[in-house]
Amino acid sequence: MSAPEQSQTPASKMILTMGVVACVCGVLIVGAFQSTQEAIAENKRIVLERAVFKVLPGAATVRKYAATPAGIQPLTGDAVPEGGVKFYAAYDQSGGLKGIAAEAAGKGYADTVRVLYGYEAKCQCIVGISVVSMRETPGIGDKIITDQAFLKNFEALDVRVNPEMTALANAVKTVKHGSKSNAWQIDAIAGATVTSKAVGRGINDSAQALLPKLVAHIGELQP
Amino acid sequence: MSLPEQADDSITLDTFLEGVWRQNPVFVMVLGMCPTLAVTVSAINALSMGVATTFVLVSSCLLISMIRNLVPKEVRIATYIVIIATFVTLVDYLIQAVSLKLYEALGAFIQLIVVNCIILGRAEAHASKHPPLKSVINALGMGVGFTIGLFALGGTREILGAGNLFGISLFGEHFQPWVVMVLPPGGFFVLGGWLLLFALLRSKPATEGGH
Repeated sequence: MSAPEQSQTPASKMILTMGVVACVCGVLIVGAFQSTQEAIAENKRIVLERAVFKVLPGAATVRKYAATPAGIQPLTGDAVPEGGVKFYAAYDQSGGLKGIAAEAAGKGYADTVRVLYGYEAKCQCIVGISVVSMRETPGIGDKIITDQAFLKNFEALDVRVNPEMTALANAVKTVKHGSKSNAWQIDAIAGATVTSKAVGRGINDSAQALLPKLVAHIGELQP
Repeated sequence: MSLPEQADDSITLDTFLEGVWRQNPVFVMVLGMCPTLAVTVSAINALSMGVATTFVLVSSCLLISMIRNLVPKEVRIATYIVIIATFVTLVDYLIQAVSLKLYEALGAFIQLIVVNCIILGRAEAHASKHPPLKSVINALGMGVGFTIGLFALGGTREILGAGNLFGISLFGEHFQPWVVMVLPPGGFFVLGGWLLLFALLRSKPATEGGH
């Protein structure tokens, strides 16, 4: 052990410096978090409302719920109880139930394609979709947002639940472009089959999980 | 903050212009390529990313420069990273509060500003050795240079790949977008083009120096 050639920084000084810097930074971060929290929550609410109103035109308010095997329960935070599926109930101006919106996700060509779909209890069908997020190829996969013929599939997509209330009566299926023959089928976009199928699969998975639990209790949602 | 100025701490125009031109982070030093290639699919994304990075760069350089004589050199990198990470977290919350759409478009690249080598590079090479005002001016120059670089890429890619600039259609209905330009390979094509252009522009005065 040779003696240090130059004055060495004492350990206490190093720890003190890092401690003080960490404390100041901690205060800054928590301050920023607290002061932006409200604006961020408000932004999220607006984004959600806009998306729900798009798939269920005519809706005026949105409430969050979870459908569990035991029934429907309102959600306050983001935590969904085990075995539950999150959905949004949309009400019109007079307070009547307009429809249900829920999120569906399917693996697309580049990444997961997430869509929000609107469900109407009257016709037991999906009445509209809107893309939440995707990274599909511009000009090809992103036609799912603009292709009118494809969006027509979701004006009255049949998602009736079977009499035993265990699953959909007919699974939602994406079929080859031009070969749609039933109300529960989705006519794929020519050249964008992978993305079309991702939407179909996502909706099928989500509807199979949500609707059997929801339909039996949908009366509880009426205010 | 008014420290006594030493001889080498004089602030000249070059303190600012260093980052904009001579040492431009994108076109000359080719630093921070991860956000440069990834988020420049549109002019507005590029500009927002540039502004966010500039904010982190300037604030962290100011703080680091103010405490430069207090931080023992053994723990300086750890200290700098904590400071940089703090400002990145602030920007993260601010962008969420301003626009969630922008936040989703920039995605993970906001958090990744922490590891942007331009910032730690400036902290280590400049802010830790110079007084606050000079560091801030230098950092601002670097930030402006980075923003110009991102905007040059983002603008070009949006015009070629979508026929728009800031979402406004430039060529009308009949323009067939050059889609590859907004896909990942387009980032490399456009960056290559700009690097070539910059090298040509810089090569004229440099030949006199026998370089």
